[in-house]
Amino acid sequence: MNASKTAALVEVLTRHRDTLLTDWLNQHLSIALRRGLTTEAEMNDQFRNFLSIFSETLAKADTLDASRPEWEPVRAFLADMSAHRARQGFTPVETATFVFSLKQPLYACLREEFSTRREELAEVNWSVNLLFDALGLFTTEVFQRSREAIISRQQEELLELSTPVVQLWEGILALPLIGTLDSARTQVVMESLLQKIVETGAAISIIDITGVPTVDTLVAQHLLKTVAAARLMGADCIISGIRPQIAQTIVHLGVDLTNVITKSTLADAFIVALQKSGSSISARVAS
Amino acid sequence: MDRIPILRMGDCLIVAIQVDMHDRLAIALQDDLTARIVKDKAKGVLIDISALDIVDSFIGRMISNTAAMATVLDAQTVVVGMQPSVAITLVELGLTLTGVRTALDVERGMALLKQRQR
Repeated sequence: MNASKTAALVEVLTRHRDTLLTDWLNQHLSIALRRGLTTEAEMNDQFRNFLSIFSETLAKADTLDASRPEWEPVRAFLADMSAHRARQGFTPVETATFVFSLKQPLYACLREEFSTRREELAEVNWSVNLLFDALGLFTTEVFQRSREAIISRQQEELLELSTPVVQLWEGILALPLIGTLDSARTQVVMESLLQKIVETGAAISIIDITGVPTVDTLVAQHLLKTVAAARLMGADCIISGIRPQIAQTIVHLGVDLTNVITKSTLADAFIVALQKSGSSISARVAS
Repeated sequence: MDRIPILRMGDCLIVAIQVDMHDRLAIALQDDLTARIVKDKAKGVLIDISALDIVDSFIGRMISNTAAMATVLDAQTVVVGMQPSVAITLVELGLTLTGVRTALDVERGMALLKQRQR
């Protein structure tokens, strides 16, 4: 039964190939071209390739179950296409429509083909329906996965971007922190700070928390950990950029910062650091 | 059994840990070092751990205990050359070596000891 169904399908696909392509393209173009995300030539290529891979696989496979290994070429093609579209900025619906919009033209062809055999038409229709649903869902799943991959890569990039360690002076490092401090970020911050201490041989590092929106007990604990680790490496830490609200929160929470030098601005901290390292800066007096 | 050499330089003792620390070695070092501090009347101890890649809680505690013992025997202790990964491990273990002076390298460690003795 299956074999005869696939044979009939292959025949329909090869015979009506051009009509199918044109109909399908017309159906889909109105959606995809609207937002200027792709070109007609590119779409045409995609459709042609999909249709040829689809009919090839169909001819070889004796099953219409899309999850079987025989259908791997089609799935690979769809995975590529979805990942590509995810990067181009298509929506999930638009991506899944790539598969679903083939349904209607194919039905039209099938109806013509099986016009005299009602029973068979219903049967083939049902199998084709199942097949295309499976393929469409697969497309959506891949699309989702590619989007998640993009998001996690961006998160990593953000993590790296957000923890620069800068050298202010010979032996003085500054670490301007922007954004909320969680455990993962603290780890990255600590590692990059300690690495920089080794590289530059710095004896003092200033941790500036002007850009940290809130300080709770967890953030304070993370800060103290960083300070302790830097101290173990032989570098003193100064925490600067403590805003009035944050000073209040720290005291209310009972966080003990007595062992750390704290300053309200980076400039104050820098002056202290200079004094500790035995340097000084003075303004030039106009003669 | 292996022993970690203790070198004397003026009235300072220098311990350079160049091999992987295991527990017996650490205890032997503690014995040797306290004995040498008393014998040489040392005023400062410098422990170089730059070659140490892995530190567990026992070794961490041993470093801080050794420093405390040296202080009791009236000798300043400086731990120098800690690797970033070791520093992070110790902090995560909750061993912040309070009471121990630290420096980035041997040169700064010696400077710190000289400064203290004056």
